[in-house]
Amino acid sequence: MSLRLAVPLILLALVALLPTIAPWSQVVLTIALAKGLAVLGIVVLLHAGQVSFGHALFFAVSAYIAAFLGKAFAGGELITMILLGTLASLAVGLLVGLFVVRYRHIFFGMLNLAVSMIFFSILEKFYHVTGGSDGMQVARPSVLGVPMERAGFETLLFYGALVLCIAVAWGVHRYLESPIGHMLKTIKTNETRLEYLGVSARRTLLVGYLVSAGLCGLGGVLMAVTQGIVTPEYAWWIRSGELVFIAILGGSGSVAGAFVGALVYEVVRTYAAAFAADIWQMVLGFFLLGIILYASSGLVGLYGKLMDRLEGKHKTPAGGAKQSMEPAQ
Amino acid sequence: MNAQLFALAMFDGIAYAALVFMVAVGLTLIFGVLRILNVAHGSFYAIGAYTAASIGGAIFAAGFSPWLAFPLLFVAAALVGILLGGPIERLLLRRIYAKEDALQLLVTFAVFMILEDVQRLVWGVQPYFEATALQQLGNLEVLGVFYTKYQLIFLPIVAVIVLIGLRLFLRRTLSGKLILAVTEDRETATAMGIDADKVYLLTFIVGAALAGFGGALASATTSVVPGMGADMIVLSFAVVATAGLGQIEGAAVTALLIGLGRSFAVYLMPELEVLIPYLIMLLVLLVRPEGLFGAVRTRKI
Amino acid sequence: MRIGLTAAACATALLTSAAAYAADKPAELKIGITAFLSGPASVFGEPAKAAAEMMIESMNAEGGIGGVPIKAFFVDEGAGGESVLAEYRRLVQDTQVDAMFASISSGNCNKVAPLAEDLKVLNFMWDCGTQRIFEENSYRYVFRTQANATPEMLSTVLYLLKTKPDFNSIAVVNQDYAWGRDSWAIFSTALKALKPDVKVVAEFFPKFGTPDFSTEISRLQALRPDVILSTSWGGDLDTFVRQASQRGLTNSSTLVLPLAESSLERLGKALPPGHIVGTRGDHYFLHPEKKADSDFTAFVDAFRDKTGAYPIYPVFHMSQALSALKGAYEKAIAANGGKWPGREQVVDAMAGLSFKGLGREVTIREDNQGVEDMLLGTTIEAEGYDFAVLDDMMMFDGDQVTTPVGKVSIEWLGTLSPDFLNGVNVEMFKHGS
Repeated sequence: MSLRLAVPLILLALVALLPTIAPWSQVVLTIALAKGLAVLGIVVLLHAGQVSFGHALFFAVSAYIAAFLGKAFAGGELITMILLGTLASLAVGLLVGLFVVRYRHIFFGMLNLAVSMIFFSILEKFYHVTGGSDGMQVARPSVLGVPMERAGFETLLFYGALVLCIAVAWGVHRYLESPIGHMLKTIKTNETRLEYLGVSARRTLLVGYLVSAGLCGLGGVLMAVTQGIVTPEYAWWIRSGELVFIAILGGSGSVAGAFVGALVYEVVRTYAAAFAADIWQMVLGFFLLGIILYASSGLVGLYGKLMDRLEGKHKTPAGGAKQSMEPAQ
Repeated sequence: MNAQLFALAMFDGIAYAALVFMVAVGLTLIFGVLRILNVAHGSFYAIGAYTAASIGGAIFAAGFSPWLAFPLLFVAAALVGILLGGPIERLLLRRIYAKEDALQLLVTFAVFMILEDVQRLVWGVQPYFEATALQQLGNLEVLGVFYTKYQLIFLPIVAVIVLIGLRLFLRRTLSGKLILAVTEDRETATAMGIDADKVYLLTFIVGAALAGFGGALASATTSVVPGMGADMIVLSFAVVATAGLGQIEGAAVTALLIGLGRSFAVYLMPELEVLIPYLIMLLVLLVRPEGLFGAVRTRKI
Repeated sequence: MRIGLTAAACATALLTSAAAYAADKPAELKIGITAFLSGPASVFGEPAKAAAEMMIESMNAEGGIGGVPIKAFFVDEGAGGESVLAEYRRLVQDTQVDAMFASISSGNCNKVAPLAEDLKVLNFMWDCGTQRIFEENSYRYVFRTQANATPEMLSTVLYLLKTKPDFNSIAVVNQDYAWGRDSWAIFSTALKALKPDVKVVAEFFPKFGTPDFSTEISRLQALRPDVILSTSWGGDLDTFVRQASQRGLTNSSTLVLPLAESSLERLGKALPPGHIVGTRGDHYFLHPEKKADSDFTAFVDAFRDKTGAYPIYPVFHMSQALSALKGAYEKAIAANGGKWPGREQVVDAMAGLSFKGLGREVTIREDNQGVEDMLLGTTIEAEGYDFAVLDDMMMFDGDQVTTPVGKVSIEWLGTLSPDFLNGVNVEMFKHGS
């Protein structure tokens, strides 16, 4: 087995084992995985050259669905929450998607922002339904009918999320490599050509949009049950910005990058908040600037370069993922 | 709703619109020329407000004439434009013009995050309040309700002056024409010997100074608190996108629309108040995707 | 980097746990304190943090608690709920703190209370206002070392009725989040029970952090209510009061501001005389019973030297939490025959504990709620201060204005009758006397 493959596997094993050594890290890691799923949604759209500054919307929709389910059924069932939450995000994704896929670039981003801010304002304003800005508690659900204690539930969530993320990552990878995935990428490179081929660019983008909405929804439910509370902040524009931030950090366009980015982001954020409580935003800001200016292929790209050097190659490594964020000119 | 309330809602809406316009116009100017949607614009607004409030507090405490509050607005704007806007464009944005929209936007997002903490480090977290400018002008009674002349008269007049001034600057002066030329077609303009780098720098400084000016104007009417930039930036995004990116007159009309919409909402359906800007934006973009005043761009093949 | 940090974390965890078992008496007593160090609510968090540092320093100079020095770890609530929870876990499970003080935000108290119970760590809700937590659940490890929203609002209603019995109409301008909504629910329920003929002419819930109240103020001027309530705080309250006084609203209506004690100094002359101000307890730097106490004035002076401002209510709340911690440990040490107590023994010692911070004594009830007396006053101009201070102060008996154990606040308030007003014990104080 080559070194290039071995290191990710070792890292994966380390992530899986970390909670047994440092129990407090378990929830941080689960949150990172939940965000990673949402970031994967952003990554799908990045392949079409579109950036949404409102995908926190779908994250929040499914999270609130989980909260309402928990409230309505005195705890509720984890599997139902995941399914219905994701489904709700897909439904909202279809509704919003039909409208926004007509737009590109900055307008696409801004419209998504507007829709998510409307949802954010509704969540904040309708205090008697949504709990206003203090949000709603998410009762700890049972799993397949079995009521859970906190410790067991958290462990199950973490390993469940880990397995789910691996499965989803593989699925998204397959989707991006499929013909429809390639059509999605053509929206970025040459949309007109796609139309000449008789393919509807809007429909292709809509499919991609739905995939991304579903992924954000999945991440949102997971986040809601892990945290035990949902707040309108889930839909706030800074949260959307954070998702895009992580996508770029990990290596935009890279499936693995979404999760690597999310893990590193959460760890940096947690430590920055703990050890530099006054300037954690600044730390993150400089981190982001550094990545964009000096390593615009993200962490995954850095890793690729490092491996090339170790293996004595000097060319850019294969894998469209890493090149996709290079300047288009 | 009777005529009195209608009139009151109009006054409130116009005063609010004037402030929103001041911030949005800088944002749209920068976008029009640099093609960058500047998230850090909200920070410029906040820092303008902090600068005016803290310098004002210091000089009035030292016994200087309260009328200095008015020139101070310009000082705050200039400081923000030159000390912040200039270096940010020169050292940072210049390096990313070739990159994708998303990356450019994220760079300004990063600057925004950094400046948020810078504000806390410099000015702390206690609210600042410096209303000398507003108190100097006094009150005015209209229909049994007291208004400050600052909000009812001064702010709208300043907004109109800025609007007309910008228009004259862009159409009548050499620098303005250079800016327009670069906006229209950077390559051709460069080929004709225009120093596009300089134009970008100038535009960014002016745009940032306008945001700082908006903040300085607002500082007389509100508490200057941490986080005020984050709220303002989303609102001005809504204004700019509704107006059509890069449309200065459009921004004025949209700011008015949003200001009036908001104040009428407070009278009729207070629960809708916060939704108004986004609802207006969504409705407008549904009908006119390029914004109220935006021009349709031909797609490149 | 991740691996390095984890290794470091493991190493510290091993070291600290080894230390904890090596001797009965630990090298230090570790507490975690959550407070807003960023965002709008840092107007409360920063003074509280400064106060905690000063008080811990002076406690440690006198031998700490039972000879053990205190060490505090601060967590920024402004970083968001998820960060607070993650840090909370890290401090409890990794740093192994002995007690947590959490938190300022009621939302965070809601999140932290069940977590503290699961992690079996002593938790003081040192500043949050929500009255719901102990009314909806019972806890072993969670205590509130201060009053809650119900006595704060009820005493405000009582003060208003005692000082301005003939008012007819009221309007409310509260922040649009749980505190603004809940406090209005409590206030209006109590007001309707005690004075059923009052008319509510307008209810505004502007967005949290709103920069501009012009439209609301225009409307209020057109409506001319006798009384305007606002439970807002920080920048929102400052903005509202300043815009209201600039436009003469303070001449036509009486403002009732239950949290304005924390804004007095910042507001300066913008808050004119004749308006009602609450202190969330008996928290006031000119506390009528304390201002002659040299310890109290020495602290106020030292605090001003350090921060440049007079202490406000979060400082008092912090002093109460620290004094409760000291009281509980000393009680547990005594019960343990002078030996250092186990964690559960300290939790046991909290039952019925009385302790004294900078203000009057606070007592923990059987539902873990602290009972605290309530001080309110009316603003006046006074020599020596370039901001409004309080006159015609009334101190309400905490036992009488706090919801009885086992009752739900809103239901209990609904059962009050107008006679209640005359049955409450009130002590009166004047400024300067």
